[in-house]
Amino acid sequence: MSESPKPFDKNPSSGTSQDKPAPATPLNPRQRGIIIGASDGIGAALARKLTKEGYTLALLARRQDKLTTLCNEINTSTGEVRALAYVHDVAEYDKAPALLHKIVADLGGLDVVVFMAGVNYPPGLNNYNFEGDRKMIEVNLLGAMAWLSPVAEMFQNAKAGQIVGISSVAGDRGRIGNPGYNTSKAALTTYLEALRNRLTRHGVNVLTVKPGFVKTEMVKAAQGATPFAIEPEKAAEDIYQAMRKRKQVIYTASIWRWIMLIIQHVPSVIFRRMSF
Amino acid sequence: MKKNFTQLENFGHSHSAPSYLHQINITEEIQEAFSLAKKTGLSVTARGAGRSYNDAALTGGGIILDMRGMNAITRWDKSTGLITAQPGTTLEQIWQKVEPDGWWPPVVSGTMKTTLGGCLSANIHGKNNFKMGPIGEHVVEFTAILPTGAEITCSQNKNADLFYAMISGLGMLGIFTSVTMQMKRIYSGLLTVDAFPVQNLHEQLSSLLEGAPDHDYIVGWLDCIASGKSLGRGQIHATRYLHEGEDPNPQETMKIKNQVLPPMIFGVFPKSLLHYFMAPFVNNFGTWGVNTAKYIASLRKHTFRQSHAAFHFLLDYVPNWEYSFGRGGLIQYQSFVPKETAEAAWTEVLKLAQKNGLPSYLGVTKRHRPDKFLLTHAVDGFSLAMDFKVTNSNRARLSAMLQQFDKIILQAGGRFYFAKNSETSAETAQAFYGEETLAEFRKLKKRCDPHGLLESDLYKRIFGN
Repeated sequence: MSESPKPFDKNPSSGTSQDKPAPATPLNPRQRGIIIGASDGIGAALARKLTKEGYTLALLARRQDKLTTLCNEINTSTGEVRALAYVHDVAEYDKAPALLHKIVADLGGLDVVVFMAGVNYPPGLNNYNFEGDRKMIEVNLLGAMAWLSPVAEMFQNAKAGQIVGISSVAGDRGRIGNPGYNTSKAALTTYLEALRNRLTRHGVNVLTVKPGFVKTEMVKAAQGATPFAIEPEKAAEDIYQAMRKRKQVIYTASIWRWIMLIIQHVPSVIFRRMSF
Repeated sequence: MKKNFTQLENFGHSHSAPSYLHQINITEEIQEAFSLAKKTGLSVTARGAGRSYNDAALTGGGIILDMRGMNAITRWDKSTGLITAQPGTTLEQIWQKVEPDGWWPPVVSGTMKTTLGGCLSANIHGKNNFKMGPIGEHVVEFTAILPTGAEITCSQNKNADLFYAMISGLGMLGIFTSVTMQMKRIYSGLLTVDAFPVQNLHEQLSSLLEGAPDHDYIVGWLDCIASGKSLGRGQIHATRYLHEGEDPNPQETMKIKNQVLPPMIFGVFPKSLLHYFMAPFVNNFGTWGVNTAKYIASLRKHTFRQSHAAFHFLLDYVPNWEYSFGRGGLIQYQSFVPKETAEAAWTEVLKLAQKNGLPSYLGVTKRHRPDKFLLTHAVDGFSLAMDFKVTNSNRARLSAMLQQFDKIILQAGGRFYFAKNSETSAETAQAFYGEETLAEFRKLKKRCDPHGLLESDLYKRIFGN
C-alpha cells in the first residue's frame, strides 16, 4: 500500500501479446472470469474446473511461483491460453480498480468474479490477538469490498454478470474459537447479501458460498476436529453447479446447511456454555 | 469513464462485449479518447449504428466511440449533387435530404439505419455493385483523425494511399470526421422491377450475369432449403431507374411521404410486433414452408414499379426482425466467389448445409465487380449471403461447418466481407487478402496508429498477431 497506485499498471507476469486468450465469436462465446485468491485450495480447484468447462480466467494471488505453475498446468492441459496470471495482494486496496480494468481489457469482457481470498489466524482459546484479527478483516472483508465494489458497479452498468463470494459456515454464529474470523465472515456474508439485494434487479447474480471444512492448508493449520471435511475439488464442483444454476446461497458440503440451521437456533443460554 | 460501462451487441444479438461507451459530439472528443487510450492501454473502436453482424464495432473491455452524435449534414448542393456530412449521419438522413431534390445515394445497404462512417469503413456495396462499385468510389473527399492526433484530408489525388486504405479499412486506421459524396441524379421516385423465378443455382447465377448489363440493380433470393434438381432455386429482382419523362409526375413520387414504408400492415397491424409472429417460422420446418410458399408465389413473372426506399431497404420492412431468430440470435456468412467457380463452390456449400441439417434461413445473391480499395471484398463474380440461426445446441456444429465453408470458398478463389462474417480466422483472412496487401495495410497501420490504439475485436481476430 506504500506505493502510489499507477492506473492500468502493466503486470510483469502477463500482458505480452503471445499470451492473450483467443477472441470470442458468436459461435465460440467464452465465459470470462476472475478468481481472486487462486493459488491453491478451493481457488485452484475452481480454476481447473472452470477452465475445463470453457472459461477463460484471470487468476490472482500473492504468490507468483504457485500462480505461474497453475496457469502453465491449465494452459498445457487445455492446449490454449485459458488462464492468465496476475500477482496481487488484496490488501493493496488502491490497486484493485485499475487492475480490474486491465483484466477486463485483457480478457475482452467479464462474466463472473469469484472472491476467494481469505486468511485465518486462530488466536488460541484463551488468547487475544488484535494483529491477527485485523489481518483477517483486512483480507477477508476489506479485500472483498475493495474488489467487489468496482465489480458491482461494472456489472450493474452492464446489466449482466455474476459475483461469487466465498464466505464460511464460521460466519453463521460467533463462537469461542476464533472471534475475528467469525466476524470477518459474518460481515462478508452480510455484505454479499446487500450486494445481492442491490444487483438482482439489474440482472446480476450474487452467490454466497459457505464451505464447511475443506482439506486445504488453512484447515490443516486449524486446531481441532474437522468433521465432514471434503476435498477442494468437491467444493469446486458444488460452486460451479451453483454458478450455473445462478443460486444465491450454498453450503458445501450441503450437509452444513442442516448443521448450521440447528446451530443457528441453539439458544444463547446453551451456546454460551458449549465448548465449540 | 466508469459511468458508461455498457454491454454492447452485434446486430444479430449473437455476440456481446462490455465496453466504456464515450458519446462523441465534436472532433476534440475523439482526440481526448485517443489520449485516454494511450494513457490507459485500452483499445479504441468507433461505432455507428451497430449494424455489423460481427465484432467490427466491438472491443471487449475497451473504449467505444459512439459516433451517432456527429450526425449533421453540413452541406448539400442540389445543383451538383455533392453532399458533405459527419460520420454519424445515417443513409436514412441522406436519402431523405437529397431525394426531394431529384438525387439518390449511388450506393446503399439493405438497411437505411447504417451510418456513413460505418459504410465507408466496411466499404459497403449495394445491389448495383457490378455497375457502381462500392460506396468508396463515390466519395469525393473525407477528413479523418488519426490515432496520432493528426487530422488529415484524403481524396483520390490527395493522400491517395490512405484514401484507398481507410475506406475498407474497418475503422482501424483512423476515425472519419467529415465525408463528401457525389449523389446520383434520378428522374422519378420509382424504379421498374422485373421479378422472375429461377429453377436452380445455375439459372440463378446466369440470370444475374446476363441480367446485370441491362439493369441498374440486380438481386436474387435463394431458397437454401430446396435440394436436388431445385438446389439454388429462387427469384431474381432486376431493376432499372426510370428515364427522364417516364414518370409523368416525378415531383410527387420523389416526396418522402411516398417513399417511406408504412408502419402498419393493412392499416391496422403495427409492424413493430411482426417479429413475434415470425419467430415460430424461423426453424427448418417453418422456413421450408415459407420458402416453398414464396417460391410458388414467385413463379408469376411480372414487372412493377416500386419506390426507391421500398426496393432498397428490405431489412427495414420488419422492425427488429433479427429478434425473430430467438435468444441465440443470428450470424451471417457472406462469400464472394469469381463467376467461373461460384456455381461449383456454392453447390458444395448448400449441400453441406443441408447434409448437416443447418440450412440458412435466408439466402441472397448479388453480382459484383472488383474495386481498387486495399481491403476489398469484391471479385468479378457473385456473392451469396446466408443467415444462420444460432442456438446453444448448434454452435459447435455450425462453427465446424463454417470452417469447411471457408476452405471451399478459399479454394474457389473467393473472399469474405467483414461487415458480416464473424467466424473467419486470421489464417483464412491472410489467405484471401494475400501477403502483399496485408504488408501494405500493416505499414499504414504503423504510420497512422504507432501505439496500436484502434483495435476492434474484429481487428484482434483477423490481424491480431
